[in-house]
Amino acid sequence: MYVADSRASGAPSAGSAARVPDRPGRRRAAVAPTVLALGTVSLITDVSSEMVSAILPLYLVVGLGLSPLGFGLLDGVYNGVSALVRLVGGHLADRGTGRHKAVAVLGYGLSALCKPLLLVAHTLPLIGAVLAADRTGKGLRTAPRDAMISLSSEPGTQGRSFGVHRAMDTAGALLGPLTAFLVLRATVDGYDAVFTVSFCVAMVGVLVLVLFVPGKLTGPSAGTVDGVRTAPAEGSPPVRLDGSGPGSGSGSGSGRKGTAEAARPTFRAALALLRRRDIRRIAVCALLLGLATVSDSFIYLLLQRRLGVPDRWFALLPLGTAAAFLLLAVPLGRLADRIGRSRVFLAGHGALLCAYGLLLSDWHGAVLPYAVLLLHGTFYAATDGVLMAAASESVPVALRSSGLALVQTGQAFARFVCSLAFGAAWTAWGDRTALGAATVLLACCVLAVGRTLGRPPAASTRLDAPTSEETPA
Amino acid sequence: MTTRARVLVLACAIALLAAVATASVLHAAARSDRKDHAQPGGPAVSAGRVALTGSGGDRIVFRNMAWGPHRDELSTVPASRPGGERTASGVQCVRFHAAGGTGICLQVVHSGVQDSYRAVVLDARLHETARYDIPGVPSRARVSPSGRFATWTVFVGGDSYANSTFSTRAAILDTRTGRLTPSLEAFRVIKDGRDYHAVDINFWGVTFSADDRHFYATMATKGSTYLVRGDLGARTVTTLHSNVECPSLSPDETRIAFKKRVMGLPADAPWRLYVMDLRSGRETALAETRNVDDQAVWADDRTLAYALPGDFGANLFTVPADGTGAPRPLLTAALSPVYLGGS
Repeated sequence: MYVADSRASGAPSAGSAARVPDRPGRRRAAVAPTVLALGTVSLITDVSSEMVSAILPLYLVVGLGLSPLGFGLLDGVYNGVSALVRLVGGHLADRGTGRHKAVAVLGYGLSALCKPLLLVAHTLPLIGAVLAADRTGKGLRTAPRDAMISLSSEPGTQGRSFGVHRAMDTAGALLGPLTAFLVLRATVDGYDAVFTVSFCVAMVGVLVLVLFVPGKLTGPSAGTVDGVRTAPAEGSPPVRLDGSGPGSGSGSGSGRKGTAEAARPTFRAALALLRRRDIRRIAVCALLLGLATVSDSFIYLLLQRRLGVPDRWFALLPLGTAAAFLLLAVPLGRLADRIGRSRVFLAGHGALLCAYGLLLSDWHGAVLPYAVLLLHGTFYAATDGVLMAAASESVPVALRSSGLALVQTGQAFARFVCSLAFGAAWTAWGDRTALGAATVLLACCVLAVGRTLGRPPAASTRLDAPTSEETPA
Repeated sequence: MTTRARVLVLACAIALLAAVATASVLHAAARSDRKDHAQPGGPAVSAGRVALTGSGGDRIVFRNMAWGPHRDELSTVPASRPGGERTASGVQCVRFHAAGGTGICLQVVHSGVQDSYRAVVLDARLHETARYDIPGVPSRARVSPSGRFATWTVFVGGDSYANSTFSTRAAILDTRTGRLTPSLEAFRVIKDGRDYHAVDINFWGVTFSADDRHFYATMATKGSTYLVRGDLGARTVTTLHSNVECPSLSPDETRIAFKKRVMGLPADAPWRLYVMDLRSGRETALAETRNVDDQAVWADDRTLAYALPGDFGANLFTVPADGTGAPRPLLTAALSPVYLGGS
């Protein structure tokens, strides 16, 4: 049995973690069943949602005779709303026992119900409304889901858990379009069939969530879990998980108690998280690096312009990134658990820096697009789940959803600002200069963040005691 | 609930949902039969010869969307009797335009895992003379009055990962030389008298002048749309006016019909048909009060035709170009109309 189960039943986890090495000859599951279940939910849900987004332009233009441009313009608004809803979802999820699952079910369910509505919505306003509801569902579910992943994982395997989840998620995103086109192939104008199949798939996802994800990941054990996590695991040497630096959090019981009091799930308490040094540091690092992260569309456009990627292949570029993300999410998540999440997070931005460098270089080798997409996917694999894993270390259990949502929204906001600035720079100075500027900015941010996170943490003030299986045998 | 019970519940649910999904796919697959049968009350369609030139009086050529054996085929009716029997050509297009004996037909090609798209140049007898791969979902098509230049706009997804924003690519083809400009973004942009560069420039909805040198189109950047006048010789586009989409140049070349984003309307259905006098810049709202998301065509110097969504995809309507009168139905289950003179 894995720790998540014992945790769900209220047993102190560090106790079991400390006992495990004494139980020889038994290999433990790589990730918690709950994480696998949540990964399955995400995989299935992404098949469902990517089915719809893959055929949406075709459906709007060829099926309905509309131009999707008006909808495209709305998309930015939806994304902004989704980021705000994410904060709300995070907040709701923190308010009481079993709320994470309830809010997640609400979010996944809402998105599932939107699919059959597409069958009857035939005008752009209605379709826009349905997709807005779909985005709301996505916004609601993201933070509680990530909180459940982190709450059901050992402190020492957060990176691996998020890696497994993100890999499964991306696999679904890759399978979705394939499924949609197979359905279209088998039918005549089978958009309605695509929506129906998408709905059925989404319902399976919701059912897996309802049936196989435990509802009480926090609850009565919340205090215990948090308390236990602060206790050093006897007999296992401290492993550096990341740079929660000196004085971050508090190893002493009294300090912990103070945190628990401050961790009542109110909006104010969520915002007060930013007063905690360790959380603030992660949030600021994510924000800073996000400000230098050029959005994907620019990367693909740059690739196309610099390398003359044929128009026909343009739509396939994101698949290259996704494939690399899929393959590397787990290994890099595990690496993050070993050598420190912040380091891997930082190294991921290093990979992005290399991608920028390649795009700026005069080298025109045939493998260049592959190299850039591989680096781009590496960047995602080393940052997307790893950031959540790193943030999970510092956010108290009672505020896990809100805290993660806060970091995610901050990062999303920073990237949005970067996109605007990059677009303006491209207009003013041309693509090469703009990318050069972004490269310099990213390099500075990586250096600055590297200096902050690179400081060795004092072992005695470690918040998260490592689990024994992380100790190299 | 025990694990066993949960697995059982899930298995039952999956079986049920799989049955629903399979049924919907089979239903959609079987629809080919139904769609191959004409609907009661629908327009009569029969196979025949469709040409882009020749005698027989004024005609309309369009994409027939009525269910039946000739669905999606280029079809024709006399302009004087649009409700009459349709003659279908056997050539399938999702978007079409023709002039001067040249047709441009945008097609979806179902092959492999992902759909692809192509633009096919047709001669006056609808025989293919050239074909070009196009990078996205076909949207607009036009041929210059002489038949020499063809243009098409497509929607390109994938500019950003896991996102539903679309951008457009407008291409121009010289059918005589075969020279293709895959994207108008290659042209020099002059905005407010100055060279303008931006990463987010999109062009769509090209309409040609009869001189085979100038054209008008929509340019979008920074959330605004502009009417631009293009010069094929100098390879430039120059902004003329703002808030103009999908322009359509009148036969006498004095006016531009377009869809205008009107303040106060829903953000996702904001368009009304307008006509602008090119000399004075004066705009006239037309009598159509519905949201028109189409590049209108001029039936003659006084009348515009355009598509609105309908039960079988789209229906065509006409409205006077001077703001008077009222919209009138032209054709049901039809798209991409072209008026051809019988001379």
